[in-house]
Amino acid sequence: MKVPLTLRVNGEAYDLLVPVHKTLLEVLREDLGLTGTKHGCELGECGTCTVLVDGEPVLSCLTLPVEVQGREITTVEGLGRRGELHPLQAAFVELGAAQCGYCTPGMLLAAKALLDRNPAPARAEIAAWLAGNLCRCTGYLKILEAVELAAARMRARSTPGGAK
Amino acid sequence: MSGSGFRYIGRPWGRVDGPGKTTGETRYADDLILPRMLYGKLLRSHLPHARIVRMDVSRARAMPGVHAVITGDDLPVKFGIMPSSQDEEALCRDKVRYVGDPIAAVAAVDEETAERACEAIEVQYEPLPAIMSIEEALREGTVRVQEYGDGPLPNVHKNVSLEFGDVAGGFADAEYVREDVFFFQGNTHLPMEQHSAVAYYDSTGRLTLWSSTQTPHYVHRALSKVLGLPMGRIRVVATPVGGGFGGKSDPFSHEICAAKLAMVTGRPVKITLTREEVFYAHRGRHPVLMWIRTGVRRDGRITACHVKSFLDGGAYGSYGIATTYYTGALQTVTYRIPAYKFEGVRVWTNKPPCGPKRGHGTPQPRFALEVHLDKLAEDLGLDPVTIRLVNATEPFTRTVTHLRITTNGLRECLDRVVEASGFRQKHGRLPFGRGVGLAASTYLSGAGLPIYWNDMPHSEVQLRVDRGGGVTVSCGAIDIGQGSDSVLAGIVAEVLGLDPQEISLVTADTDLTPIDLGSYSSRVTFMAGNAALQAARKMRDLLVAAVSTHLEVDPDDLVVGDHRIHPAGAPARGVSFQEAAGLAEALFGTLVTVGSYRPPHLAGPYKGSGVGPSPAYSFTAAVVEVRVDPETGEVRVERVWIAHDIGRPINETLVVGQIEGSVYMALGEALMEEQVFRKGLHKIPSMLEYKSPTVLEMPPVETILVITDDPEGPFGAKEAGQGPLLPVIPAVANAVYDAVGVRIDEVPITPDKVLAALEQKAKGGEGRRGPAGVPAFPFRAPIKVEPPPGWSVPWRSPAPASGGVGVPDGVPLPGDARGGPGGR
Repeated sequence: MKVPLTLRVNGEAYDLLVPVHKTLLEVLREDLGLTGTKHGCELGECGTCTVLVDGEPVLSCLTLPVEVQGREITTVEGLGRRGELHPLQAAFVELGAAQCGYCTPGMLLAAKALLDRNPAPARAEIAAWLAGNLCRCTGYLKILEAVELAAARMRARSTPGGAK
Repeated sequence: MSGSGFRYIGRPWGRVDGPGKTTGETRYADDLILPRMLYGKLLRSHLPHARIVRMDVSRARAMPGVHAVITGDDLPVKFGIMPSSQDEEALCRDKVRYVGDPIAAVAAVDEETAERACEAIEVQYEPLPAIMSIEEALREGTVRVQEYGDGPLPNVHKNVSLEFGDVAGGFADAEYVREDVFFFQGNTHLPMEQHSAVAYYDSTGRLTLWSSTQTPHYVHRALSKVLGLPMGRIRVVATPVGGGFGGKSDPFSHEICAAKLAMVTGRPVKITLTREEVFYAHRGRHPVLMWIRTGVRRDGRITACHVKSFLDGGAYGSYGIATTYYTGALQTVTYRIPAYKFEGVRVWTNKPPCGPKRGHGTPQPRFALEVHLDKLAEDLGLDPVTIRLVNATEPFTRTVTHLRITTNGLRECLDRVVEASGFRQKHGRLPFGRGVGLAASTYLSGAGLPIYWNDMPHSEVQLRVDRGGGVTVSCGAIDIGQGSDSVLAGIVAEVLGLDPQEISLVTADTDLTPIDLGSYSSRVTFMAGNAALQAARKMRDLLVAAVSTHLEVDPDDLVVGDHRIHPAGAPARGVSFQEAAGLAEALFGTLVTVGSYRPPHLAGPYKGSGVGPSPAYSFTAAVVEVRVDPETGEVRVERVWIAHDIGRPINETLVVGQIEGSVYMALGEALMEEQVFRKGLHKIPSMLEYKSPTVLEMPPVETILVITDDPEGPFGAKEAGQGPLLPVIPAVANAVYDAVGVRIDEVPITPDKVLAALEQKAKGGEGRRGPAGVPAFPFRAPIKVEPPPGWSVPWRSPAPASGGVGVPDGVPLPGDARGGPGGR
């Protein structure tokens, strides 16, 4: 059974007619061409397909689009502003927190959700927050460092007179 | 680390593909969606061993939305990565050999329809007894998994025996001899990206395959063979690989089936494996049972060593012949062993085929050797550092097995990691439940021989500069996350005075790029790097010559600086890079240079000598500190110190990343990861149940880079991607012993094993978990090999301070009659 629905993704509205059981992951990748969202297991085990719904990280492989109608969905394509990397993206590049890059979009969005609620997380909090996102390349250490670096830069920017 | 006057080499900088990978721009294979594309699925065996009696695909073929169904009869030609193991069928015809063995493939309008069509295929099997372990394989006298092998038993794939020097004499000279037995359970790569391939066969009869593969060249060969198309009509493009670790180094059934389905339907076909299927594709770490016997003098000096390995190969050959030899190949490169015997046997079992995983066949024997050395040291009253230093190999020597060592930072690695960790103050002195362990290791900077023996280069680069100052590097190398794109761009940028991000890259496309054999054996930085260096230097010479003519300045007085070529000390008098490009194009025409690299001839004079040689070896030492809970048996790694002889890093950020990633992967193998089966079925083919470390299990890692400036590496570089994994696993085992006094001679070191050993010890037992012995097996009579004359005497003094420029002129290299990189 196909259902009509409207999804708001990265600030744009999309009218769709999709099978009701198709996951948000599949709709993002196949119907909207937003292939930046990756899949590692499609069973909710690895965190790779993480996107934000109203700022909350969700596993898009376990989410049905009908559940998130009318809510604001953010994928990795919506993370940076036009032509400018988000501080998390910049820090991931700079410190080598992305190697093969496949877990990176999910990792970035999970980290963004954390920094949006806590701009100055301790390392243990970052680790606890990212514990559901698997990475096989980096050993996680550069990811932790990159989140810390991005957080510090974002704080400096948001503090009056704090920006360089 | 830097301080050598380089702009990028040796320094930390962000990878060139970083922006694409953090924005979602990078297109992995499954991200490709082509017009009219169909989706393919493989039907896989649910039995571990069975004869296919009957298969009926008519119902599947008739389903709406199904465009093609193929079976083994459509793809009758066998293939395999090794020339001598052409034992795989893209789809099994007569027999299935493991749960997951593919038997039919479907192309349909969407994945769901393809899945339903697979379910509609009727298969009648005649089940056969399944062989699920090394012991069963060696016991079984009638049932055969494969139809071929080395014998003398029916399920032996490979049976090798090599003896170097006077082994009996070496043991006779020993003042102490010890024997140990170890087992290393199999585990898998678990890349985050599932394998995926997209194929298209166009109306001119040309086939294109995009695939997440580490070895596009070998996929190219296999497609040509199985499909009966000349290589010139096939284009293989390796898409950025979302994690490889060796698991995407074989040609796979799904790649061949996608291609065949595209040919049958005339439409693009994509096959992406499910996570469960990735566990069946496997080619991961072989389970290996090992026996090791070493004779030593009282001071710890090794007089002889004898190693036996029993490998559980799974159902097909894959890289297994090489893996078998690798279990005996690198022991002599780390330690000076004057007499050495290696016996290895690889058996067939009804499991997914094993192959190369990070460290390829060497982590298992490394675990055995380094724990065995620890035990020897204790028996002799020596500390773990001393026994390693006493036996450490020296730079610019050879081994008794005819392997040539160039730079060798092993001693410095040991010294620095012992110093940084406070090992001597901690070992044997921490409170019960806490301990430290040490281990050392060696790895190749690229296999010295190609898989298909030939005299052609292993890596080639084409470099083009256009009149706008644009620089394009073309190379077959594929970035699997290790950073090969950044290595190519960094080397070219360094030579031409540009920034790596300015270099355009065309990679891993058999139509557009000259060859690179693939991202395996830690070969890309060394080999593609040397090819890029050669091409870049030729280009620099053309640009300098043109500027020299233009400025009427001697070329020797010109320097290539930051985006300018100018007289030394006078940048303002020079010309910009773009102007230089225009001047050179006006003078020479199209600005294209090439570089290529072929390792020197390094194989020894015996059968089996093709595995082990490398133009340079990396060396590593690690100290691991653990906390063991005697109540639960849980081992918690608190900190890792690791020193790695990198030669010289091309990009320090990437090298440290490779080392931290290797430590992580090693800890997973040491403590939890295992590919295990119950009644023929994979026990845990999911990411939830196949335990791998999360960020919460990852300890801090202190990385020390040891610079030895290898004379043959590009800018002195050696490998970083695999070697650092090796010492960590035995260091964990040694640390557990230091912490609670029990020996877990079996990987992974899970809490149940620690507890069982502690309980055994409490009852007055030896406090050990591990295999009791190895099966009696009739290894063949050894090939006896005389050591090279003067093998342990340095054949040249250490590297010149200026080193790291490829092979220097006029320096004779033992065993190399043909000169240096490129050979031209």
